[in-house]
Amino acid sequence: MPETVVLRFLLNQTLVEEPDLPPDLTVLDYLREHRRLTGTKEGCASGDCGACTVVIASEVNGSLQYKSINSCIALVGDLHGRQLITVEHLADGDKLHMVQQSMVDYHGSQCGFCTPGFVMSLFALSKERAVQEESRRSLIMSYLGGNLCRCTGYRPIIDAANSMLDQTAVQQDQFDQCETQTIELLQSINSQQSSSGFLRPESLNQLFELKAQFPAAPVVSGCTDFGLEITQRLQSFETIISTTSVAELNTISLQEGVWRIGAGCTIGHLLTTLGPLHNDIRELLQRYGSTQVRNAATVGGNLGNASPIGDLPPLLIALNARVVLKSSGAERVLPLAQFFIDYKKTQLAQNEIISAVLFDEQRLQGDGEFRIYKVSKRIDDDISTVCAAFHWQPSNTDGGRLTAAFGGMAAIPKRAATLESAAKDILAGTFDPVDAALALEKDFTPIGDARASAAYRIEVAKNLFVRFVLECRAGEADQPLKLSDVAHG
Amino acid sequence: MADVGHESAVKHVTGAAIYVDDITPAVEQCYVAIGGSSIAFGEITHIDLKEVRASDGVVDVIVAADVPGHKDIGPVFSGDPLLAESWVEFVGQPVFAVLARTHQQARRAAKKAVIAYREQPPVLTLADAKAGDLTVRPPHTMQRGEVEEVMSGAAHQISSTVVVGGQEHFYLEGQVARAVADEDGGVLVNTSNQNPTEAQKLVAEVLGLPMHAVVVETRRMGGGFGGKETQANACCCLAAIFAVRNRCAVVCRLSRVDDMTMTGKRHPFEHHYRVGFSNDGAIEALDFELNGLCGMSPDLSDAIVDRAMFHCDNAYFLPHVKIVGNRYKTHTVSHTAFRGFGGPQGMLAIETVIDEIAFALGIDPLDVRKRNLYGPRTGVVTPYYQEVVNDTVPRIIESLESTSDYRSRRKSVAAFNRSHSTLKKGIALTPVKFGISFTATHLNQGAALIHLYTDGSLHLNHGGTEMGQGLFIKVAQIVSAELGISVDDIKVSATRTDKVPNTSPTAASSGTDINGMAAKIAAQSLKERLITHLCEAYSCVESAITFDASGVHIDGEADLSWQELATTAWLARVSLSATGYYRTPDIYYDRDKARGHPFLYYANGAAVSEVVIDTLTGEYKLLRVDILHDVGNSVNPQVDIGQIEGGFIQGVGWLTTEELKWDSNGKLLTDSPATYKIPAIGDAPAVFNVSLLDDSSNAQNTVMRSKAVGEPPLMLALSTWSAIRQAVAACVENGRFPALNAPATPEEILRCIRLVSS
Repeated sequence: MPETVVLRFLLNQTLVEEPDLPPDLTVLDYLREHRRLTGTKEGCASGDCGACTVVIASEVNGSLQYKSINSCIALVGDLHGRQLITVEHLADGDKLHMVQQSMVDYHGSQCGFCTPGFVMSLFALSKERAVQEESRRSLIMSYLGGNLCRCTGYRPIIDAANSMLDQTAVQQDQFDQCETQTIELLQSINSQQSSSGFLRPESLNQLFELKAQFPAAPVVSGCTDFGLEITQRLQSFETIISTTSVAELNTISLQEGVWRIGAGCTIGHLLTTLGPLHNDIRELLQRYGSTQVRNAATVGGNLGNASPIGDLPPLLIALNARVVLKSSGAERVLPLAQFFIDYKKTQLAQNEIISAVLFDEQRLQGDGEFRIYKVSKRIDDDISTVCAAFHWQPSNTDGGRLTAAFGGMAAIPKRAATLESAAKDILAGTFDPVDAALALEKDFTPIGDARASAAYRIEVAKNLFVRFVLECRAGEADQPLKLSDVAHG
Repeated sequence: MADVGHESAVKHVTGAAIYVDDITPAVEQCYVAIGGSSIAFGEITHIDLKEVRASDGVVDVIVAADVPGHKDIGPVFSGDPLLAESWVEFVGQPVFAVLARTHQQARRAAKKAVIAYREQPPVLTLADAKAGDLTVRPPHTMQRGEVEEVMSGAAHQISSTVVVGGQEHFYLEGQVARAVADEDGGVLVNTSNQNPTEAQKLVAEVLGLPMHAVVVETRRMGGGFGGKETQANACCCLAAIFAVRNRCAVVCRLSRVDDMTMTGKRHPFEHHYRVGFSNDGAIEALDFELNGLCGMSPDLSDAIVDRAMFHCDNAYFLPHVKIVGNRYKTHTVSHTAFRGFGGPQGMLAIETVIDEIAFALGIDPLDVRKRNLYGPRTGVVTPYYQEVVNDTVPRIIESLESTSDYRSRRKSVAAFNRSHSTLKKGIALTPVKFGISFTATHLNQGAALIHLYTDGSLHLNHGGTEMGQGLFIKVAQIVSAELGISVDDIKVSATRTDKVPNTSPTAASSGTDINGMAAKIAAQSLKERLITHLCEAYSCVESAITFDASGVHIDGEADLSWQELATTAWLARVSLSATGYYRTPDIYYDRDKARGHPFLYYANGAAVSEVVIDTLTGEYKLLRVDILHDVGNSVNPQVDIGQIEGGFIQGVGWLTTEELKWDSNGKLLTDSPATYKIPAIGDAPAVFNVSLLDDSSNAQNTVMRSKAVGEPPLMLALSTWSAIRQAVAACVENGRFPALNAPATPEEILRCIRLVSS
């Protein structure tokens, strides 16, 4: 075991030192069982309901950044050097925080069990600076999309959010007022320490050393999937290596026409950076889990997990992305499409980590067409039934080239090779997309599961290709083709 | 009344509200996990719990033989063993329970059991249950008129089938109970439970104790929706048994997956119907066969299928009608109460029939609805011979049709559909008429207890439980209105079986009607005593006395604060504690004859939904909803609107994204929120107009002339389901009837699009 060191973080404004916590302790269990802070609730212990939402504040470039997370699948070791804020901390003495007062004024609670989670998501929303009037509704939906309420039907909560945003535009709260002190306290925490068994390397070299020292220890980043090993599959872990503090993994850059996305970047970070580049990328990433999940889940986690229904692989495969795999002193770059071998199996060797994903800027620009479609039972916070990403590169010589990548259609995220070769000139009037889409029956034999039948998956996959062709052919001003284009009645 | 919020609102938003799992642990406190069957149907041949007992932190393990008293916890009929003895009848059925130092240790230990079975093929479908004539209870029939004769003479006849899925309650707080033994071998149980009295009775029975030895307390639930009417009792019983055996505090809390696997859901149904109707869409004869899939035991299924039968007329007069309700047994968890209690499933049947008539005749379904409403033109007698009186449905529809701009929007929808091929819109208006009263007549009773203390503060207790629906604040408002005392001076305390005994479950939308009225009667009784005392003390007449929030005022004589009033009354030896008891009048039902007057009154409402569907994927979006609902003279409009909006969205979930799927071995596939999708915030319509019917006072003498509101609004969501059907119908001209089933998942919508095109 590495030398025993102390976990230090701020619980609200109080510096907490915990020398002795198990590395697989969740933040939720820590709060409820170790601190007797029972305001934070367990609804599902799988990151799907938001009842356990807490806010983590971190110092970024001299100011505090507030992020909501699901405490049920977050590990207490990741709190090191940060501020943990729970529903018990918002009121200033007897005076409710404006977030709480709005929820009371607009009758936003009924049974009250989901309410602490909503309050904390709203608190995170209240820290959004300069919210434009026209983006309000989508921002509210985005911040609250991961909080389930079974009682209210949400209308009063939306009203409370609107009222709260009116107030936060002009008022500071106690967290704003003591931001400087909070930052000083956070900076006083020695970043190299953390609790026993929960290892936080700060560089790739340290990471590889620890990996060699503890070959059985899982390497985790956001824990949004790993957390379920603990809470659902009831595994226990004596040693866990977290990549959260490895700065080299946490950057996104564009250099010489190549986007380089560090594996430790969160989906939220990706959304902020790549969202503005393409409408479909923005929509897809906005529908990736919930805000709480996007604040923790990482690019490397989504790829390394190798789920056939992960949201990133189809997008990245259609962008011809490459994955960078690093080991101590060595590095190899693979086309992402070749990274996945079989159900939950990848090319990643035991001594390697995923360090980054690369794709060419040109792929999103130029005269190509790029679309991503995610189909799920519920629009928000749901896993893909089928996810399809299409890239069409027109060509003067042979018509063009289609890249079609699917999730939910096979044991791995996969390209549709037969369809790709059948689609040589999708813009030509002679090309019948319905007919061509039959090729997908050769490419895939999907399974039926809780989300949908195999037949539905095949049918939808075909229809999504048809939609892609229709959209490529349609002009800007043509009829809306997607639900998201339709305004209310 | 003024804008009064939920009594616990501030505690909710600060995290200060205490739910069962939040109670400060005792020094000696242990946790339960339940070991369930891995097969759907079979005989247990061997149970090996050695590894369980040896697991870290394990304190105690019990099997059926360790249950000291009754081993069955069926609420009405037996059939629900607390722990399986020899046969198991669903995947997840509790077989043993383990007690450990921590929740996690208990769960880990429970996984280590080795149980061998002699497996039998499970019955999982209606077809198989029918073929084997496997039922949990006998069928029941309601009949009026000459169905066959009129049917054969009708201008049009249609027969068809519609399949209706069940629904997981998904209360955010899972099942939980905490038990502490007392010095006499009795037990105090804190539970998240809609029916503390039932829990008390069952805990006493499994322990072999008299009911007086068991106290059950429910302060609040993190959602109930019917899912804690009978399903909360297993946790109470297991916690109590362990607490008595081990002399420690015991918490039995189900993990979400265990909760979804081990507890019952809304009943799935399959309805067969034959309808005969005229050229103008008037229903002449209707033959319904309602087949409830009840799961492995009777539980409450008899009453639930009855309520489906009571509501398959919805708001429409059925001149000649036969309704058969079947209760089929399947090897799944036993299905149970869920908001509406079978009513929604029954109502869905008739709304399908109406849509199909309108489709066959090529007319607006709203016109068919209006043509068949109860009224002087059609008739007022239900299939169970109760007369529909004071019906507000026609007024509601007339008003909503206008305020929602239904007719012109229907034209706009048609225009949209003509100019769009990938997306199609639909709009529909559906009414609700929901019978208020337990159909088990004896349950229609409530009781309350109030104490006025000498400082002028008032303690209020009653038999109803608070599950978020705002019952506690409503009852406090009723007492406040009766006595004049401020709501702020009233404390509503946790429901407890040793304060108000022998209570009915908080169910059937009855909470305010029966407990509110009982509390009002208690307040009246106390007030009368205070008036008598004041008349003597001040030698005044009753008319000289007025009560308000500040206290009591005796004309020209004195003004006393509530503290002064209470203190002087106490000094004069006036009892300041009062009970109130209420039973609903004028209801009766002769089930043998299927005739009677089971409902005191009907709650009414109507909704208009507009949807758009994507014909390539079957995905849909709810664009706009307009609701007009009749709550009578509302005790608390904000709370009532909350019930309407929340009930509506819960109904939308049932009819759209919430899909229960079992595999061919009877294992529930949708056993977590990762696969079972209740509505999220983005599913709420961007335009959501909800109004209460103006100038409506319950013609029946209910408390403050209000109407019950808990369940009825859920069925307003049938408008969304019907609107989806209209959108599917618009996909082709002269296509077939969109025989949409529920839930209308994207897959079901796409299937239906293919169907109409074929």
